[in-house]
Amino acid sequence: MTAVSQHSAIEQGLALATETSVNSATQTRAREAWAQSPWPTRKTEAWKYTPVKAIADGDFIAPPATTPITEGVADIYAIEGLNALDLVFVDGQFQASLSTDLTALPTGLSIIALADASEQVRSQYFNKAAGEHATLFGELNTAAIREGFVVEVAKNADIKQPVHIVNIATQAKACMAAARVLWLQAPSSRATLVEHFSSREGSTVLTNSITELFVGENAQCNHYRLHLESEENLHIGGVYSQVEKNARLNSFYLAMGANLQRVDVVTQFEGEGAEAINNGVYLPRNKQLTDFHTCIEHKVPHCNSNEIFRGIIGDSARAVFNGRIHIHKDAQKTLAELSNKNLLTSEKAEVNTKPELEIYADDVRCAHGATIAKIDPLAMHYLRTRGISKDEAQVMLSFGFINELIEQLDNEAIVTYLRPVIAGRFAKDPALAEHLLTPIDEH
Amino acid sequence: MLKIENLQASVSEKSILKGLNLTIKPGEVHAIMGPNGAGKSTLGHVLAGRDGYEVTGGSATLEGKNLLELECEERAREGLFLAFQYPVEIPGVSNMEFLKASVDAVRAHRELPALDAVNFMKKAREACKAVNLDQQFLKRGVNEGFSGGEKKRNEIMQMMLLEPKLAILDETDSGLDIDALQVVANGVNALRSPERSFIVVTHYQRLLDYIVPDYVHVLADGKIVKSGDKSLALELEEKGYGWLEGGAA
Repeated sequence: MTAVSQHSAIEQGLALATETSVNSATQTRAREAWAQSPWPTRKTEAWKYTPVKAIADGDFIAPPATTPITEGVADIYAIEGLNALDLVFVDGQFQASLSTDLTALPTGLSIIALADASEQVRSQYFNKAAGEHATLFGELNTAAIREGFVVEVAKNADIKQPVHIVNIATQAKACMAAARVLWLQAPSSRATLVEHFSSREGSTVLTNSITELFVGENAQCNHYRLHLESEENLHIGGVYSQVEKNARLNSFYLAMGANLQRVDVVTQFEGEGAEAINNGVYLPRNKQLTDFHTCIEHKVPHCNSNEIFRGIIGDSARAVFNGRIHIHKDAQKTLAELSNKNLLTSEKAEVNTKPELEIYADDVRCAHGATIAKIDPLAMHYLRTRGISKDEAQVMLSFGFINELIEQLDNEAIVTYLRPVIAGRFAKDPALAEHLLTPIDEH
Repeated sequence: MLKIENLQASVSEKSILKGLNLTIKPGEVHAIMGPNGAGKSTLGHVLAGRDGYEVTGGSATLEGKNLLELECEERAREGLFLAFQYPVEIPGVSNMEFLKASVDAVRAHRELPALDAVNFMKKAREACKAVNLDQQFLKRGVNEGFSGGEKKRNEIMQMMLLEPKLAILDETDSGLDIDALQVVANGVNALRSPERSFIVVTHYQRLLDYIVPDYVHVLADGKIVKSGDKSLALELEEKGYGWLEGGAA
């Protein structure tokens, strides 16, 4: 299939004409960019190890306009104790009946559809962080928005309840569900965003999701993005952030779902004294492929970034990690660290990792590194000399490797939710995870 | 308890143990000393079943059971305990989770009922106290960021919880100051009983002032070249190993 026909087949399937107009100039540009971007091949650097044949061959259509099945869906995404404000989308369509009443939100928080947002929001923020960094699928997302939402946190507001944006894939037909979030935090505010992607059994949806985070001066954003779809789905996504002066962005990514997962994460420092933590975990198995392309743009002086991504790759699965730190000429006194560690638990598992440092300033402190290893035989031996079986030791060591990042998360409900999800990933027999998951009474 | 006959073992095709004989009766404490490279640590690893340590001849039985044909974890469940010279750090798994898994596995093998959380915690706290480790160490990653002395005390704590039949202490005293050494020794002495035996591998006679052995053996070039009572340790301290048959200078 030629490049042109791949683009047009997808456009036709999506019936692009029905898009929502948010900002027509931006969307027209995006549509042109999408149409002109060559279809990725092995020769396209950013997609070298990530074939998108499944998308080219998918004949994706827009999700049917009929009401999607919502029964039983709430059980899929419930996170006990999170006490969140839920915003639920099923196959890309907003579900008011499953969501928090948007007219009764805590003071300082507003959530509205992108199409209803003010002219100022649409012209000043929409696609501003993604913009030049977007992949061709990001351009498609921008061009073909159906349902997108703006979350605004007012100046000085401290929103205790996390905003839980849930995307559930349910369609058994090959359809493309687009998701778009514009997160605007005014100065000195604090809020938590939990992006949660999951699915019903038997769904085969391509999710195309773009999230833009604007963290205003002196504000703090805690951001979680959990990919937990079943393995028949596909996911191409991007998170683009602009972090202003003295602001702080703490991000955590978990990639366990979908057969193909590609996430582009671009964090841009816009003001001095800002900090970002950008951590993530990927656990592909069977024939899954996960691909994280991250980039920290140190544009200004005195910013700190710390990025740790860890992966455990099993069976015939593959992982790609491309972590870039770009320190611009004026970004003196930058502190930037990047670490990527991988464990391969099968002979057929594969990882391609490339940490990149690009430094144009002369007074900075940077460190980056990547490792690929198997489970440490000495640690394995140590556990076994204590009577622990080989299988249980393997589960414990895999879990421990990932749990080092989980236990740093500051949301107790999410930690409690993720522990069994992650331990269960490694334990073919649930009994093997029992000791990691049974709380021991400390009184 | 333990009967080792003509044990031969090699690591990476290099012969390390060259016909070692040792018999230990219940309740006895045997110290093994010897020059560097003699095979002291190898003996512990071979008995514990570490991969890469190949037994090329001889036998080792624990209470009549052939240790050498058991998997590493089965040996532990049968009552063999090895306190590591360099305990391994396992970040992300708490000491408590690790200890519970270990105690459960060993108790299940001995057909003892599993300890419930309350009783387990009670025992774990007592063991912490006995080796002077703060209870906070139970919540931390296994040996993660522990000082050398804390790691060694953590080993002794595990030994207390697992109640082995035979414990091998591989240079548990190396690098400890006198206070920590006393804590470790007290832990060992508290566990001494007519049914439990110990092999204490050490470079230093000092430890044997606190853990008084029934026998002292000198291991050199893969064999036991001399055995005696605790006075042998003092003699070695004074004269070194050079005067012994087969001993290195």
